[in-house]
Amino acid sequence: MSMTDQAAPAVTTPPGPGAKQTDGRTRERPLALRLLARPEVGVFLGAVAVLVFFLIAAPSLRQGGSMATVLYQASTIGIMALPVALLMIGGEFDLSAGVAVITSALTAAMLSYQLTLNVWMGVIVALVVSLGVGAFNGWMLVKTGLPSFLVTLGTFLILQGVNLAVTKLVTGNVATDDISNMDGFDQARALFASSFDVGGVQVKITVVWWLVFAALATWVLLRTKYGNWIFAVGGNKESARAVGVPVTFTKITLFMLVGFGAWFVGMHQLFSFNTVQSGEGVGQELIYIAAAVIGGCLLTGGHGSAIGPVFGAFMFGMVQQGIVYAGWNPDWFKAFLGVMLLGAVLINLWVQRTATRR
Amino acid sequence: MYRSRRITTALAVAAAAALVLAGCSSGSGGKKAEEGADGASAGKATTPRMTVALVTHQAPGDTFWDIVRKGAEAAAAKDNIKLVYSADPNAGNQANLVQNAIDQKVDGIAVTLAKPDALRAVLGKAEQAGIPVVGLNSGVSDWKQLGLLEFFGQDENVAGEALGKRLNEEGAKKAVCVIQEQGNIGLTQRCDGVKKTFEGTTETLNVNGTDMPSVKATITAKLKQDSAIDHVVTLGAPFALTAVQSVSEAGSKAKIATFDLNKDLTGAIQRGDIQFAVDQQPYLQGYLAVDGLWLYENNGNYSGGGEQPVLTGPAFVDRSNVERIAEFATKGTR
Repeated sequence: MSMTDQAAPAVTTPPGPGAKQTDGRTRERPLALRLLARPEVGVFLGAVAVLVFFLIAAPSLRQGGSMATVLYQASTIGIMALPVALLMIGGEFDLSAGVAVITSALTAAMLSYQLTLNVWMGVIVALVVSLGVGAFNGWMLVKTGLPSFLVTLGTFLILQGVNLAVTKLVTGNVATDDISNMDGFDQARALFASSFDVGGVQVKITVVWWLVFAALATWVLLRTKYGNWIFAVGGNKESARAVGVPVTFTKITLFMLVGFGAWFVGMHQLFSFNTVQSGEGVGQELIYIAAAVIGGCLLTGGHGSAIGPVFGAFMFGMVQQGIVYAGWNPDWFKAFLGVMLLGAVLINLWVQRTATRR
Repeated sequence: MYRSRRITTALAVAAAAALVLAGCSSGSGGKKAEEGADGASAGKATTPRMTVALVTHQAPGDTFWDIVRKGAEAAAAKDNIKLVYSADPNAGNQANLVQNAIDQKVDGIAVTLAKPDALRAVLGKAEQAGIPVVGLNSGVSDWKQLGLLEFFGQDENVAGEALGKRLNEEGAKKAVCVIQEQGNIGLTQRCDGVKKTFEGTTETLNVNGTDMPSVKATITAKLKQDSAIDHVVTLGAPFALTAVQSVSEAGSKAKIATFDLNKDLTGAIQRGDIQFAVDQQPYLQGYLAVDGLWLYENNGNYSGGGEQPVLTGPAFVDRSNVERIAEFATKGTR
């Protein structure tokens, strides 16, 4: 990443297609190059490259149903990658995002089951808990001034232990009880984990939610005051504060947005699989962060988009399932995944460098 | 000021939620529908109180290990034993936990040997300290060489071979063996066992076991990639239940068989969603390991005569016997 690229979204200038650039150098560059400089274009090309590659390498991927499977895998990563990306643009990141998903699902499942309540009660309380975890992360960060790495590493460990210990304490087992025969389950499943038919292909509802959330996040980021605040606090916290951006509010709400994402994905897992094992989710936080980084969000904050992580998540799902569709030796699975992702990121980087040169 | 107002709001929301909660109970399922039932109990011994450490390579939150621990706890309660349980999937950390037990001067140690070489040194120290050690679950080919008293478990290869033979009887032609933790020796041995006796072709498939949606998508992808697959073999109960969804989503006719059992799986066998499970009886492993140490301490006995392992599996659970077993699985002990 070049310096001009990082510095581009200045505190007072909202980035976006309509943003006025006062820098003389950028005005004269052709449209193609200006397009390439956008954070999501590199990853878009990377995603296309991976897609074409696997369409050639894996014949069975060419059926519509196969693409639905890839999109499903991408959506469960992508829904979380969106708030994680916004948080990263805001200059922080969240290591607790993976286990927070399971915390939410466990809360909903255990509350409904143990008190024999309509499952919607569990869903609502789980939302409160998830937003609470996010608020706690943000509040700790703002109050202590510790780096988000430390704060959320702490939360990650706490949640991992609490998930296991509370589940064991409450259910006597390390997994929750089956709630599929309880009141409200079918409606909740329709919202969080159903699928619908498009031309004979079963498409998961999570794919729709993923795209809706992505559109919403893009609008917020590019067209609202809050979006500007996110770029501002991620670019330079102190100057943002100096020009009147509510830094504390922005950071805490960004963590709460991650909490919302964790709740949504957690509910999907619960209503899709009926029970939750308390040890799941570990390691997923890195996949969300990876999808955001591949999607053009800088680890240092202040730069990125909401549509980039959509392609980042798509690429992750595409590579992970593409390897299976291609029927390659499974021992190499993770190595393939790593090589493909690095390759995609390099394409991304190369595109950005080419675009911002001169 | 700003902050306290937010806390007040949060409290108000919580209070409102609690009120609504009261009027929103479910008419079906839930805790109320479950019968209250405790695990097996066999009275309590009057022998002097002893302390036993159970050190496993459990990863947190796995239903399988929970059953092992319950068996060990049941035996400890019966034998007037104080049970100290600890676990770590990392071999070096597990060795430290064994050292920790030696430092505590426990009267006996039960240990799993997932990575036997990493435990060799610390088991030597236990021997020097005069603490009897028994093995359970994994390490069927190493326990004797490491100087352990006895071993309770399943030979993973034997279990895999048994499953492979069963697939032959069912007339299977092509099976996919789903590994949820890439690089785990025990899991690899199971698939190797299947490959050895199964007369059709066996392929393996690695999935990310900590992310269920990804497990589901990957099995679905495999079934679509190869429509000749007629049996999916999973190596843990939760993954078998997920495979049921994958099969239906892929529009495949593949049948599902699995290793290990839990309470939801017995229901799936009763419904016919899953053909059968190979059960290594984890409860029995935990129970016998602790009970074996008690017998050694109080009567000098050792099962298997120090020569042969005591096998706890493979026990097949299918439609013919699932009804009786489901009763115990509901309590989380089978």
